[in-house]
Amino acid sequence: MKKLLLSLALGSLCALSFAQGKDLKVAIDPTYEPFTFKTPDGKPTGFDVDIANALCEQIKRKCVFVEQVWDSMIPGLQAKKYDVIISSMSITADRLKAIDFTDKYYNTPSRVVLKKDVKYTGPASIKGKKIGVLKGSTQEKYAMGELKTVGVEVVSYEAQDQVYLDIKSGRIEGTVADSVEATGGFLTKPEGKDFALAGPDLFIEKYFGVGAGVGLRKGEAALKTELNTAIKAIRGNGTYKKINDKYFKFDVYGK
Amino acid sequence: MNWAIIFEAQNLALYGQGIVTTLGLLFSSLAVGAVLALICALALTGPFPVLRWLVGAYTYVIRGTPLLIQVYLIYYGLGQLEWIQARWDSVWPWTHFKQPFFCALLAFSLNTAGYTAEMLAGAIRETAAGEIEAAQAYGMSRWQVLLRVVLPSAMRRTLPAYSNEVVMMLHSTSVASAVPSMLDVTSAASRVYSDYYLPFEAYLFAAGIYLTATFCLIGVFKLVEQHLLAYLAPRKH
Amino acid sequence: MNDYYLAILNGAVLTVGVSLAALAVSIVLGLAGAAAKLSGRPVLVVLATVYTTLIRGVPELVLMLLVFYGGTIGLNNLLERLGSEATVDINPFFAGVLTIGFIYGAYMTETFRGALLSIPKGQAEAAWAFGMGKGQTFLRITAPQMVRYALPGFTNNWLVLIKATALVSLIGLQEMTYLAKQASAATRSPFAFFLFTAALFLVYTSVSLYVLRRLNARYSLGAKRGQL
Repeated sequence: MKKLLLSLALGSLCALSFAQGKDLKVAIDPTYEPFTFKTPDGKPTGFDVDIANALCEQIKRKCVFVEQVWDSMIPGLQAKKYDVIISSMSITADRLKAIDFTDKYYNTPSRVVLKKDVKYTGPASIKGKKIGVLKGSTQEKYAMGELKTVGVEVVSYEAQDQVYLDIKSGRIEGTVADSVEATGGFLTKPEGKDFALAGPDLFIEKYFGVGAGVGLRKGEAALKTELNTAIKAIRGNGTYKKINDKYFKFDVYGK
Repeated sequence: MNWAIIFEAQNLALYGQGIVTTLGLLFSSLAVGAVLALICALALTGPFPVLRWLVGAYTYVIRGTPLLIQVYLIYYGLGQLEWIQARWDSVWPWTHFKQPFFCALLAFSLNTAGYTAEMLAGAIRETAAGEIEAAQAYGMSRWQVLLRVVLPSAMRRTLPAYSNEVVMMLHSTSVASAVPSMLDVTSAASRVYSDYYLPFEAYLFAAGIYLTATFCLIGVFKLVEQHLLAYLAPRKH
Repeated sequence: MNDYYLAILNGAVLTVGVSLAALAVSIVLGLAGAAAKLSGRPVLVVLATVYTTLIRGVPELVLMLLVFYGGTIGLNNLLERLGSEATVDINPFFAGVLTIGFIYGAYMTETFRGALLSIPKGQAEAAWAFGMGKGQTFLRITAPQMVRYALPGFTNNWLVLIKATALVSLIGLQEMTYLAKQASAATRSPFAFFLFTAALFLVYTSVSLYVLRRLNARYSLGAKRGQL
């Protein structure tokens, strides 16, 4: 009992942490299999996590992962709760108004996910259906801009795996998600066997930007250059390919 | 501090929708909960030990677990059960479980019913023995004693504690923001925060809305108490 | 699957930690608030009244979000204005403990105030007549008697406090509700995990009720109760 109290007291002293030194605090949203997720015993893992560790090795700093809900990623960055966001965050014009990004480290398209027997010929063909999206994501912007306007019901969730939970239970009938994430996190699992990717690859830059990059606060030019150099380095020395092949059969770096 | 953004039309509309959802959830769950609480209170003070035990277990669990977990269990947990999934497209009443508002309503009603039932049961038990004996001396049956003597006075005596419960319920509706697609005042504030990165303004405005609503509710209850509990007030002349 | 349950159990330890720490904060604030309200000095009375009224008028979740998101930005802006390079981060544990302690301090103020008012004034006067100082009077005479009157309200507040710790999961503290939600979404089986968490909460509240009932019995020794 005393030890518990002592450790609680010491733990709460560390509550106010003054951020200096070699640790790089990296924000992740671990509900995005196979890019960012957790093993059952709580360890962060996935493509983003491995890339983050590789980049940290290059810039010789230690990665400390901080979990954050997706729609408060950017506010948290601005509040200096962490230093960078490496969690499949797409580089879009809207986001560039608030924060800065490094060059992209991968680029995969988004697609609509629906039941196999639904004929999808465009947004208007799923009018009246309920589609789930992640709050604060580029897919949500697309859904609000293109799907909601033609009569599709768009429901926003705070985590992508909660979208899949409700698809499984039947409350919603599909989603708009990153095609690779949907494949690894849903379609290849038992509950996703009746679903498939529908429609064309969505590369619309207005909504989806130019690929996922590392998010940082504005004004951190030194860190940005360091990370850009690191990204080029791991692309060149084969580390990127090794991590890529661990999760995917194709090159996710994209065009 | 940038208050101008809060007062833009679309953000005010967001908060407005939130107020409508919050108040709607509050009053409908209070209504359903009150009816349920009455039935449970009668069971708790009734002559059947099995009923007493069952309802007692229900209030024990409701009062021992957080509302957030109850909401998650009803929204996510029930949605996972296969035989509900099979029925909720076509069979009434299971169709309602598909909607978030109904799930939130159910969770809140069960919660308030648990607390109110215990309050009402306590008030029923504290009815003056003399009143009940007098009613029985008049030859009233058990139901007549209940309806004419015990319940009216018990409900009046529960009023102060119930006003607390209503205010607590108002605050608990903020938990509804954890259910996807429920747009109450707190989730409106969260939306404004994540869109414009203004935590103080967004949440302070929400706090202001709740404060106003709380004061209104307390004021209404004061008026009701003055009317119904007038016999307990100190003499004025 | 079992790893998830173990993780939730670890989260339960964090829940206990948050609630106990918040209880300590709330008791301190409650005593201070009750003293302020009973002191008779207008400034203190007004301050304490504003504190209890505001806190009891705003939902806990909104206060927590305000402290967690707003507090960090506010503190960092303050540090920037003062010219410091350091950044402060209020982590979810601290934010949760502070907020919950702050909120329930208001409820404890009312409980302690009612309890203090129930103690006959003669007790304190007799203590002063004996030459005891204010501190000694409080520790030896007032506090033990206050405990008896305060216990019902205190029990109530404590039980509600335990359940409020579930809300800290919504600001990202990895206590059991948060871990249960993640586990349930990842494995697509929410029922099992949330039932498990509910059972853990039930155990916690039951143990608390038992301990507080024993405390009540011990502190009520000698008090005469009327026969119905």
